[in-house]
Amino acid sequence: MATAKTATTTASRAAAKPSTRLDVPKTYKLFIGGAFPRSESGRVTEVTDARGRFVANVAKASRKDAREAVRAARKAQPGWAGATAYNRGQVLYRVAEVLEGRKAQFVDELQKTEGLTAARAAKQVEAAIDLWVWHAGWTDKIAQIGGNANPVAGPYFNLSVPEPTGVVAIVAPQAQSLLGLTSVVAPALVTGNTVVVVPGGAGLSAISLGEVLATSDLPGGVVNILPGDAAELAPWLAGHADVNALDLTGAGELDWVELEQLAADTLKRVIRPVAGPAPETPQRILALTETKTVWHTKSRL
Amino acid sequence: MTTPSQALAPAQRAVQLLGGDLSEVALRQHLEGLPTVDAVGLEARAASFGTRSIKTTSKAAALDTAIRMIDLTTLQGADTRGKVRSLVAKALVPDASDPSTPRPAAVCVYGDMVGNAVEALGSAWSAGKDDGINVAAVATAFPAGRASIAVKLQDTRDAVAAGADEIDMVIDRGAFLEGNYGKVFDEIVQTKEACRRDDGTFAHLKVILETGELVTYDNVRRASWLSILAGGDFIKTSTGKVQPAATLPVTTLMLQVVRDWERLTGERIGVKPAGGISTSKDAIKYLVAVAETCGEAWLDPHLFRFGASSLLNDVLLQRQKLTTGRYSGPDYVTID
Repeated sequence: MATAKTATTTASRAAAKPSTRLDVPKTYKLFIGGAFPRSESGRVTEVTDARGRFVANVAKASRKDAREAVRAARKAQPGWAGATAYNRGQVLYRVAEVLEGRKAQFVDELQKTEGLTAARAAKQVEAAIDLWVWHAGWTDKIAQIGGNANPVAGPYFNLSVPEPTGVVAIVAPQAQSLLGLTSVVAPALVTGNTVVVVPGGAGLSAISLGEVLATSDLPGGVVNILPGDAAELAPWLAGHADVNALDLTGAGELDWVELEQLAADTLKRVIRPVAGPAPETPQRILALTETKTVWHTKSRL
Repeated sequence: MTTPSQALAPAQRAVQLLGGDLSEVALRQHLEGLPTVDAVGLEARAASFGTRSIKTTSKAAALDTAIRMIDLTTLQGADTRGKVRSLVAKALVPDASDPSTPRPAAVCVYGDMVGNAVEALGSAWSAGKDDGINVAAVATAFPAGRASIAVKLQDTRDAVAAGADEIDMVIDRGAFLEGNYGKVFDEIVQTKEACRRDDGTFAHLKVILETGELVTYDNVRRASWLSILAGGDFIKTSTGKVQPAATLPVTTLMLQVVRDWERLTGERIGVKPAGGISTSKDAIKYLVAVAETCGEAWLDPHLFRFGASSLLNDVLLQRQKLTTGRYSGPDYVTID
């Protein structure tokens, strides 16, 4: 403490005085239904940087958290699917805008948790931002690619249109946590699905992305993020009857065949970790849609 | 299932307890002489029922017990014959994926739908036996009860004649709040009389207190005693049309009254919370309240019922979760 000497000027006193302020480290919690609750289990994972120094505590989601997340996603689904495609595009673009404004925070978190240089971390964040913009553009165009006016032998219009599958459970890639998470969440959101995702990596940038989503006019419950052990959570999500699709892109290290079998019991659409649709393609977006075909009479006037 | 009605003539309980002349003064003195309710203690007690850990086999037993106690209800102005038929179908086969699922105790409909419900139940209708599904009808100008006594009694007789096994009547809350206990008492006695079938047996009478309009716990206690004295076989919290409907403290209070009545006379009265109980978790809290207030003997559809519509589906989802080990979803139960 600065008690030994009486300082001469105010400025030098301020400079000499050691700070008594304590850091306020952030606890990274779950993101469910637009809120940031702790895990009902009370568990946390301690995250350290490459040199073993403490970075943060991240809540570790449990089976019951997954259940709540699915419930929130189901509740939000009709509203998100019912929003106009234009509106969904605006919201996804807003995510990119807000992410841009908080770039420094994400760069910092990625440097700490993935051991990246500032330049490489920035590159990942920028790639993620660009990917949000790319998907934002597709919301009102994907129906033109995935839908069709089918030729029929009669006085009818026969139209096929892609519709969202519903609630999608996702195991996100482990590597490049922010970009990986964006690459699986954004394509599901484009058409109006809602998402329960187990992020890869330490979970820091995933929950910070949750904060971005929460302030980007994305309705609560559309994206639910559950940092935790994918091997523990994925079977519950794969077997959950109220989940409509299972995206196993990041589940290459798990027993994903078992998960696929669990999902088959309730006829879920499954994206496998191998030979799935390529990222950043319309096919990747259409992989989480169902085709609805309608007949409509043509006027005979 | 049918409950054998009490052999007592209407109002006989009051005569036995209060004396032969049965004056309004005697009734008032008895009701207003009841001890007041410790509201803080009651609410704390009710809150404590939610803290029991009921898992695995106990939970499975609790869920099945809850289903057996449900009065599956549809009370909408927009009810159609088709709606009643589908409600009955739901009561007959609650969960098509599991034939071992028990059936609810009764279906509860408006009086004019009793015939349709009886017809739809077919051989599953209890009709006096103890092994079927009862038809309960709301009567006496439900839910407000604002009609002349002649209209209320005719409403009741119509439902009984159409085959209703149970009558859910509403008390005149206006008269009760005015302190006109005699009028409320007489109406219950007359409605009980109107529940008499041609063969001399009685349809089971449930008396709806509409606790949300009685304002205080003391009033709920008085109305409970009043209803029992006048001949009610069940006391029921609410119509479901007024908020707040059934709450755990109010139901606990009513359970305490029937427990006291049993200690006094040896006679068992039923309790039916209705309205707002829509999750298995809530239902299990009520079962705990019953077991810890009146004893496990009361965990019987003759003595405790849930008035509910969406509760059944939630219980079925929980039941499926226990059976399969995986979470189920609303796509896997029927919409009634």
